[in-house]
Order: sequence, then C-alpha cells, then structure tokens
Amino acid sequence: MIYDFLFKITDSNIIASIIQSLLPLFIFILPFALFAVWLERKVSAHMQDRLGPMRVGYHGALQTIADILKLVQKEDIIPNEADKPLFNIAPVLVFIGSYAVFAAIPFSGAFIGSNIDLGIIFIIAASGFVVAGILMAGWASNNKYSLLGAMRSAAQIISYEIPTVLVVLTIIMITGTTNLQTLSEMQTGHFWNWMILGGPKFGIAKFIFIPFMIINFIIIYISTLAEVNRTPFDIPEAESELVSGYHTEYSGMKFAMFFLAEYANMFAVSAIVTALFFGGYQSPVGYVGNLFGIHWLIPIEQFFWFTAKGIFFVFVQMWLRWTLPRLRVDQLMTACWKYLIPIAFVNLIIIGLITVL
Amino acid sequence: MKEYFNNAWSALYTIFVGMKITFKHLFVPSVTIQYPDVKLQLPERERNRLYVNMDDCIGCDQCARACPVDCITIETVKGIPGEDLGKTSNGKKKALWVTKFDIDFAKCCYCQLCVFPCPTECIYMTDVYEFSEFERSNLIYDFVTLTPQEREDKKNNYAKFEAEKAAEKAAAKPAPATKPIENQETPKP
Repeated sequence: MIYDFLFKITDSNIIASIIQSLLPLFIFILPFALFAVWLERKVSAHMQDRLGPMRVGYHGALQTIADILKLVQKEDIIPNEADKPLFNIAPVLVFIGSYAVFAAIPFSGAFIGSNIDLGIIFIIAASGFVVAGILMAGWASNNKYSLLGAMRSAAQIISYEIPTVLVVLTIIMITGTTNLQTLSEMQTGHFWNWMILGGPKFGIAKFIFIPFMIINFIIIYISTLAEVNRTPFDIPEAESELVSGYHTEYSGMKFAMFFLAEYANMFAVSAIVTALFFGGYQSPVGYVGNLFGIHWLIPIEQFFWFTAKGIFFVFVQMWLRWTLPRLRVDQLMTACWKYLIPIAFVNLIIIGLITVL
Repeated sequence: MKEYFNNAWSALYTIFVGMKITFKHLFVPSVTIQYPDVKLQLPERERNRLYVNMDDCIGCDQCARACPVDCITIETVKGIPGEDLGKTSNGKKKALWVTKFDIDFAKCCYCQLCVFPCPTECIYMTDVYEFSEFERSNLIYDFVTLTPQEREDKKNNYAKFEAEKAAEKAAAKPAPATKPIENQETPKP
C-alpha cells in the first residue's frame, strides 16, 4: 500500500522502492534505537535502585542523542595490525544482516517492506548473515579477545538457530503459511485468536494446542535472546572476560553501527515472536477505526499495536538482562542441545500429530 | 528422566522468581542523590576547607606552628602605639597587624590540628569541599582583610616608628644596644 502510494507520487519504480526500503530505517530503527538505549539505561538503573541518566533533557531523554553526537565526533581508529578491508566492511555487514530482517516484518496492514511468501524463512536466513559479519570483525581485529568473542558468537548463533527453526516449523505446520502478512491476518479479531492461545480455528485442537504453544513461545524467546547475544547469553561480548568481544577494537561510527545493529536485532526478534505468537500487528481488543468507521486509522492503529508489542518484548529482554547472570559456555551449550532442542522436537512431533488428526 | 524435567522446571521457575524481584525494584525509590543539585547532609565534625575569621585573629602564629605540612604562612607587624587595632570577639586586645595569612590548600591535609590551638577560635573547618582549580597557585588562599596598600602602609609605619625610636635612642645615648631587639624574632622550628 505504501509502495503504491509512493509509486503514484514519484511515478518511478526505482525511486519508490528506494524510498520504501529506507523507510523502516529512518522512521523506525533509528528512533527506536535512540529510545531503546535510553530505556535500557533507565530500566537497568531503576532495577538497581538508581536513577540513570537525568541531566540531558527530561529524565535524560536526550542522552542518546548526545551520545551519538559524541560518537560522530570520535576519531576512527583502525589498528595497524588489522586486516583493513575486512575490518571496515564487518560493521556494515552486521548492520545489513539485521536490517535485511526488517524487509519481511509486517509493521502494519499497510506497511511491509516486501510481502514475500517465504517471509519467516527469509528472516531466519538473513539473521544468520550476522554471524559472517561478527566473525569477520573478530578475525580482522587481530585481537585475541575479539577472535574469542567472534568464535563464541558463531557457535552460539548456530546452535540456537536450531530450536528457533523447530519452533517456527510448528507454526508453519499449524498455519500452513510462511508469509508473515498472511500469518498476521489469520490472527485477526481478538486476542483469543492469537497463536499463543491456539490459533484462530475454534475446536478441541485449539485448547490442546495452548500448553504446547506456551512451551513453544518460551523456547523461541530463549533461543532468539541467545541469537541476539544478550545477557544471560552474552558470552560473545562478556565484559568481564573478553573486554567487549568482537567490537573491542571498534570506535566511533563503526562502533555505533554495531550498537545500532544490536538494538535493531533486539526489535527484530521481538517482532518475530510477536508476529508468530501474539497476533502480529493485530489489536487484542478491536479497532477504534472500525468503531467509528474511519478506515484510514486502522493501519496506524496496527502500527501502534505492533510497536507496543515489540517494545514490550524488548523490555522483557532488558528485564531478563538485569535479572540473570551470564551463562558459562558449557551451560549455554547444555541449555541448547540438552533442553531446548529435545523439547522443541517433541513439541514439533506432538503438534504435527494433532494437526494431522 | 524425572531429574531432567525437574531441572528444566526449576530453571524456568527461578527465572520468574528473579524477574519478580527485579520488577519490584523498578518501583523502589532510588537511593541516588542528584549531587550538584542536592547535597548530602555532612556530619557535624566534617573536615573540609579552612576558614579564618580575620576579625578575631590576633596573629599569634600558633596555627602555623601546629600545621604538620607547613601550609599556613603568617606575617605580622606590630602596631605603633596610639593606633587602634580593635578587639577580638572574646575581648582580647589585638597587638599585631596581620599582613600575610596564606593557607595553601594544595598542601593542606585537613587534619584540623591548627583549629585546636587557636586562642580566639578564629580558624575553623567549614562544609565547603568543592574548590578545585586548574592552577595549583589558585589554591593559595589569602585571608587578610587589609588591602595590599594598607599592608604596605602598616609595614612602613612600623619601620618608620622603629627607625624613629632607633634615632631617638641614638640621639639620647650612642650605645650598641639595638641588636637584641632584632633577635627577639622567634626562631623557625
């Protein structure tokens, strides 16, 4: 819909698609990253009975803007022994990986970057791309801590991709679609049509699904949390062991790029969880637009609900971060291979049997 | 098998217990003090920057001698007879003009040893602790209330008075008895 509108005003395929591809970055990711960094600092501070940033703007609201200004001014340091082309390309690659994910995320009924049929599969593939960037950054830095962090990150992301995909498979089995737009449209109506509560089809199967769906949700939430390298799964950038992992050697804008990618990733995985289990952009209680017959209001409301759900899950990620200590490497692998994968697999089989019957 | 599910369950359960605690702390009033705006109430006996109330100072030099790091330098000039130097608040008559009373806070160790010997209690600790400077020389505080011109005047007056007295003495009887007066200056420890 946005694309049609842009096509109408610009009268050119290329310009319209360029504008549309930049839209999520400028109207969503950048403001979101600014907000999320501030939120993270505030949440962490208040959970530790502190106040957090208080001096720039109201309760430090402009703190991140000040930080970005500082980062822009910083000298761009490239270590002498670093592999320069790889070193320079790595942050871009990481950011591309996390930005590509946004192409298939349905922000509202009217705005989805690209309405591809393989939506969720594409997202999983594109987020795997981040590993290449991280490994590149770690290797090119020529620093033992960076390399260790990158290796750990690669091991972690590859392991945790498996439970994620297994959970996604169960959803695909139930709904029969990999298109996130269709998936969101299926969960329309009220919150009892969400996948976490058994999906839109009413029947006995819906009620049998509920416990398995909750388990599914927990598994995908844990494994996506691990994929974005956040505490308690932050061993790739464990401050107390590895300085700050693969981005130890980066400074200035390149560091900001990693940072932006991290926060974009956080929202991306929250968006995936939202789209799969919590009705995507659908409102839980119905639309004000429908109530008064104002139809142009509905996509805006949908956008609001989508962001609200996404930010709620981002908040839960922060909440977990400031609650749990970091896992050891062996515990990390145990959690994945011994607990998440078998449980996800059994879930897959049970849900498969229920859908067949 | 039972242990396996117990492990999984206890992991999940303890995560929720931890999350409950951190969520409660979100609403606990924070303990942060917004420092430059709000300051902590200091204890009564805090030791910070010294202050000298020059109205009460009699120039006795006891604080300078008590100082373990020699950060106080005092120079005094005797008042000439007939000059009114005023009284301290506890009724003592002043006899000396204090022409120099410098405290170097770069050296000061805030031991408070200078405060106790003061007979008029004119040197004391205040609650000011924010006085950092870019230049070390800015930390030398001058407490004398006289203007530089006045200080010069007092010194000159006394020197003139001495000279006059010496001249008088020399006129009265030419004797070599002027030296012991100079030696009465206290020797430095």
